[in-house]
Amino acid sequence: MSLKIDMKHSHNVLVVRLIGELDHHTAEKVREQIEKELAKDIYYHLVLNLKQLDFMDSSGLGMILGRYKKVSQLGGKMVICSVQPSIYRLMEMSGLFKILPMFEDEQDAVSACGVAS
Amino acid sequence: MTKKEKKNYMEITFPSLSENEAFARVAVASFISQLDPTMEELTDIKTVVSEAVTNAVIHGYENGEGVIYIRTEIEGARVSIQITDYGVGIADVSEARQPLYTSKPELERSGMGFTIMENFMDEVTIHSQLNKGTTIYMVKYLKSHQQKQLAN
Repeated sequence: MSLKIDMKHSHNVLVVRLIGELDHHTAEKVREQIEKELAKDIYYHLVLNLKQLDFMDSSGLGMILGRYKKVSQLGGKMVICSVQPSIYRLMEMSGLFKILPMFEDEQDAVSACGVAS
Repeated sequence: MTKKEKKNYMEITFPSLSENEAFARVAVASFISQLDPTMEELTDIKTVVSEAVTNAVIHGYENGEGVIYIRTEIEGARVSIQITDYGVGIADVSEARQPLYTSKPELERSGMGFTIMENFMDEVTIHSQLNKGTTIYMVKYLKSHQQKQLAN
C-alpha cells in the first residue's frame, strides 16, 4: 500500500515510474527524489510513467503540477504516459490534460520530449 | 415492494498521521465491499475518503496531534460516510469549496479536494466551527447494487 519509485534516464529525459499509491503521505517522497535528480542539471525533460500506479488523489495532482512548474521554468517539457482508467478520470476532471500531454506508452512519451528539444 | 434493507455501520478512530490516510480509505472500502460495488464506485469512495482525511491531517490539525473519526453506514444501495476532526475548523466553507482554492499554496496543494468529493459523491455536506473542528458528510447511491436488486 505504499509507493515505489523507479528512475532511469534516456539522454536528457528523466523517466520516473511510480508503482503503488500516490497520496499526501507518499507524494512528499516523490517530490524530494525528483527534485534531487533534477538538481543534477543533466536533464531537461521529465516523463512520468503511471502504468503501475493503482491509486491517486488530489495530493498526487498537486505534486504533478508542482513538477510541471519546475520543469517548465527550467525550459524543459513534462509528459505523462500509461495512465490507468481510474486515475485518468481524476486527471480529466481536474483539467490536467489541458497542460500535460499524455501518451500511450513510455517510448512515445520519451520521443515526444526528444522531438521538442 | 422490495424487502426492508438492513442497516449496517462501522466506526473507526485513529490519530491524525499521514500514514493513516491509506489505512482509512482501505478500511472504508473493505466495509463497503459487502454491497458488491463496481471497481469505479470503490475507487470513487477510496478517493473521497483520502481527500477528507488528508484535509483533516493538513488543515484541521495542521500536521499536529489530533484524532480523526469515521463512521460509515450502509442501507440498501445508500452509502453514507462521516469524517470528523476536532481541529481548527474552516473560516469560510464556501470559499474552501471553490475549485483550485487552497489555503496552503506553498505545500503544492491542488485545491481540488472538495471538487473531487462533489464529483464522486451524490451529496456532500460540510459542517465546520472555528477551533471546534470540521465534519464532512457524504452520500453515494451505488448503481451496481440498485440494478442487482431490480434483477432479483
